[in-house]
Amino acid sequence: MNESLFISIIIGITIASTPLIFAAIGELLVERSGVLNLGVEGMMIVGALLGFIVQFHTGSPYLAVLAALLGGMAISSIFAFLTQFLLTNQVATGLALTLFGLGLSAFAGRGYTEETIVLIKAIHIPFLSDIPVIGPLIFSLNPLVYLALVMVYLVWWFLYKTKQGLILRSIGDNHDAAHAIGHNVVRYRFMAILFGGAMAGLGGAFLSLVQVPIWGEDMTAGRGWIALGLVVFASWLPFRIILGAILFGGITVLQLHAQGFDIRISAQYLSMLPYLATIIILVSLRIRLKNKTNRTVPNCLGRIFHSTS
Amino acid sequence: MNYQLEVSNITKSYGDLKANDDVSLNIKDSSIHALLGENGAGKSTLVKIIYGSLMPDSGEMKWDGSNYNPKSPFEARENGIAMVFQHFSLFESLTVEENIILGLDGVGLNENFTDEILKYSKQYGLDINPQQVVGDLSVGARQRVEIIRCLLQKPKLLIMDEPTSVLTPQEVSDLFVTLRKLADDGCSILYISHKLEEVREICSEATILRGGKLVQSCVPQEHSQKELAEMMIGKKLTELARSNINTGSDIFSIKNLSCPSDDMFGVDLTDISLTLKQGSIVGIAGVAGNGQDELMELLIGEKATDNDVLYFDGHDIGSLNSHERRQLSMFFIPEERLGHGAVPDMSLDENMLLSRPESDKMTSRDVIDWDIVSTFTQKVISDFDVQTPSGRMLAKSLSGGNLQKFMVGRELIRKPKLLIVSQPTWGVDAGSANNIHQSLIALADQGSAILIISQDLDEILSLCEQIHVLSEGRLSDAVDMKKDGLEKISQLMVGGESS
Amino acid sequence: MIKLIPRVENSKAMILLSPLLALTLTAVSALIIFIFILDDIKVSSVFFTLFVLPLTDSYLFPELLVKAAPLMIIGLGLSIGFRAGIWNIGAEGQYVIGGIAGGAVGLYFYNVEGFWLLPLMALASIIGGMLYASIAAFLRIRYQVNEILVTLMLTYVAVLFLSAMLQGPLRNPAGFNFPESRIFHDSAMLPIIWEGTRLHIGFILAIILSLVAWFGIKKHMFGMQIKITGSAPRAAKFAGFNDNKTVLYSLLISGGLAGLAGFFEASGPAGQLTPGLPQFYGFTAIIVAFLARLHPIGIVFSSLLIALSYVGGEEVQIEYNLPSSITQIFQGMLLFYFLACDILIKYKVVLNKTKD
Repeated sequence: MNESLFISIIIGITIASTPLIFAAIGELLVERSGVLNLGVEGMMIVGALLGFIVQFHTGSPYLAVLAALLGGMAISSIFAFLTQFLLTNQVATGLALTLFGLGLSAFAGRGYTEETIVLIKAIHIPFLSDIPVIGPLIFSLNPLVYLALVMVYLVWWFLYKTKQGLILRSIGDNHDAAHAIGHNVVRYRFMAILFGGAMAGLGGAFLSLVQVPIWGEDMTAGRGWIALGLVVFASWLPFRIILGAILFGGITVLQLHAQGFDIRISAQYLSMLPYLATIIILVSLRIRLKNKTNRTVPNCLGRIFHSTS
Repeated sequence: MNYQLEVSNITKSYGDLKANDDVSLNIKDSSIHALLGENGAGKSTLVKIIYGSLMPDSGEMKWDGSNYNPKSPFEARENGIAMVFQHFSLFESLTVEENIILGLDGVGLNENFTDEILKYSKQYGLDINPQQVVGDLSVGARQRVEIIRCLLQKPKLLIMDEPTSVLTPQEVSDLFVTLRKLADDGCSILYISHKLEEVREICSEATILRGGKLVQSCVPQEHSQKELAEMMIGKKLTELARSNINTGSDIFSIKNLSCPSDDMFGVDLTDISLTLKQGSIVGIAGVAGNGQDELMELLIGEKATDNDVLYFDGHDIGSLNSHERRQLSMFFIPEERLGHGAVPDMSLDENMLLSRPESDKMTSRDVIDWDIVSTFTQKVISDFDVQTPSGRMLAKSLSGGNLQKFMVGRELIRKPKLLIVSQPTWGVDAGSANNIHQSLIALADQGSAILIISQDLDEILSLCEQIHVLSEGRLSDAVDMKKDGLEKISQLMVGGESS
Repeated sequence: MIKLIPRVENSKAMILLSPLLALTLTAVSALIIFIFILDDIKVSSVFFTLFVLPLTDSYLFPELLVKAAPLMIIGLGLSIGFRAGIWNIGAEGQYVIGGIAGGAVGLYFYNVEGFWLLPLMALASIIGGMLYASIAAFLRIRYQVNEILVTLMLTYVAVLFLSAMLQGPLRNPAGFNFPESRIFHDSAMLPIIWEGTRLHIGFILAIILSLVAWFGIKKHMFGMQIKITGSAPRAAKFAGFNDNKTVLYSLLISGGLAGLAGFFEASGPAGQLTPGLPQFYGFTAIIVAFLARLHPIGIVFSSLLIALSYVGGEEVQIEYNLPSSITQIFQGMLLFYFLACDILIKYKVVLNKTKD
């Protein structure tokens, strides 16, 4: 294979998988605390819009990323409030969040559908970026790609190397017991949900600030849902998120390249690949586990916690 | 006299119910103090108040002589109060060490903690492996984890809520050694129980509650077991006895049943055989977590077995589901009330339909006749003295005892040829337990066979004429009570324990 | 401090009052939003167009019923699965497949007259929807794969499949390469029940289906089975219900009904297959089902309510040039408020003063 094609495929994969890494690593933490938030798609699209708007008006990528992060967090706080204080069904509330997020961003973004912005560029480190092959692949990626990897590491570090992370895992395992020994279940879960919102917001922003310089109300195209699938695929283990996202990114890039080569399959069938792949990945995971119960599944996932005392 | 903890005139109400009504209690330094009472007497409420997870409506407490009003368990722990819960507050997917660290305030995740755990483990004879995942541990081992977790806080008062209810006799005596050693080292213990024998064995003082009120504080050794029981229960209970046992022909048999568990934390059943005759009551004793749940699942028919393993009344029932088994007049009462034997968020009427022999016309061709259903509900409510305003009440609104009476009644009104019941009186007040035991005896006297799976050895001993022990998924032969007696049973119960 | 105390019996009053409270809160929020975004237009007239006009206008009212029919049918199917804790979130996909299947049969018999054609198309659409949903059922039963993700992914696939069909085998041969099918001939079109409007027989069928579902939920053991399975899965096993069958039946029912709704849309208001077939009904029906608290008769009313917001939303779009996405915001908000207000049914909210 031609070297530059190889590099462009690899870079394509990082670009396709990064939004999923962001959204999935956030949701992973949320689910580890025992909460299932199906609103990822809605939070992502809000992040995508806010990132776009702020970039459009200020031209500052820092502010744009920050806005996306805060926007995702803000909209996730609705979910957090409803599920943690008003004890609503998490599945229903998460769906409502997705529908609401899609509607809200379509409404608020109606003035921006014709606009374009300046994309966030990949970094260039003198010397290092110029090394053949390794330079472009390791030292010249988009800054947000590095950030996504750092976030995965941080989540892992938090979960396994800090007391708070241990408490969060214990809450996901048995919220009644965690409450009995005095940990504040609702506070931990609230925080986790906000973090999940922030990450989904970042994932959305990546779409509108790095992938394409435009805004469209359907630009998430199911990536929030795919991120939810990745969490399951990763068995709730942080580093496996990267693996899953790369697999998915690979399929997306493959499909794009296949469309470029004159392959005699209609584009629609190729576009189905990422969605079908998600299903196949989930099935293959179950086949690998041979129907054994998985110890890393948070026991309390989706269950409502209400302390009687 | 020095008191570690003084509790004065505590009152706590839930709506109309006074869970604690003017209760006082004083615990001396370095003593083992019993808190005695039936289920629902208010023990748990009082303990939660002491431990800071509940606030009293009125009353006050003193700790080491100064005022003490804990607003959270953190505050209680800061003062040196630790608690071992009845239903352990452990996390199954985490390791022993992680579990212990979680209960300790101000302890981070440092590497040397393992040694600290092992030190205590050695000092108090509490055998434990810090790196094991709690889900893999036996109940006794889990309790040891809880105790070590408490000891690491260097408590001055250790609260133990019904600690022996799930232990083998050997584990109980090991526990008592540990507790005495602790008291000698200066830690007071508040020992909550309804088992009088134990209390007389290790407690130097006892406070007795009944219906939320203080009955008396006394020295347990100065009273007979009978006197203590009367203080606790308040009325005399009818003696249980099966006068004339008339057994008929074989009705139910298990032949070499083996079944691996689906669950990672489950128990594999190995080569279980058992035969029941009409009119007999057979008991399966054993400590929780030795295959009771797995066996019950197969007996109910929630999971199918191979052919030629389960026979009832001439039918090979291995592949029948529970509904099909009921049509043959087999009925079941599972251990777990809420969520298994009854649906918490459904009315009693709706819950009637969980156990539905088609002969009773509650449904015809799967269309429900609600009038007939509620007639049956009313019958259960009145025949079995279920305290509830109506059949429309949600199952979860009933007390444990009342819901258990409902579940027992629901099966007994069908006059089953075979009743299989797990933990018939778990968490039920003494009055209701007595009623339930009597109705079981009455059923057997009419010629039905009953299989009781229970961890309550006293219950098994008083009801059953044939006793087996389940240990690590294996069932013993029937124990010859006249020849070997209780000792043999204890030995069999411990036999499987690996640790 | 505010405390929540569980009730022993669900509050009857609150079962009725909480939806009204949610509606009121949504209306108030809508009002506030309008005051913010509308500068020179009269808030009250927008409000009127959005919420009242669809009920009084002789053109808009039947349109409201036209929109309510698919929502009602899909919502009914979803409510059955939701009761059992089976989350078919991809009804939109089954709707599209049903539409394609029904439409394909109609196009295959193009210009063939016959009373049997419509039932055949309906049957094809139901089977199409069922088969599509059964993929999720199979994967869940055989591999324990979460049905939420599978049905959703398949929705994206179904929409792409529709597009492929319309550029391929189902494209109108005389349609200048537009990705659209032929317009159905009369025998393949649903009979109109209100002269001069687009209101078709599907609405009557939707009402009949609601009554059937009501009977099933209330009087049939299948209703109990899904309720028990959803509320306490172990109790369902204790009762002898096979949970795999519960999964399969709920998904087949919801898939079949979604497929039927797709056919109604294609052979009703649309009159042909176009890329515009997916109208988000499959997702909106989730809101419909929840607003009705999964109750079949409630679904009749909630689908009318949501249809009102659709028709009203389109009308303000036309008259005041407001984006139609505002409808979606209101629907999301309504569901939020509704879920929040439901706490009043199971819990008593108590304000307790701090003790001295």
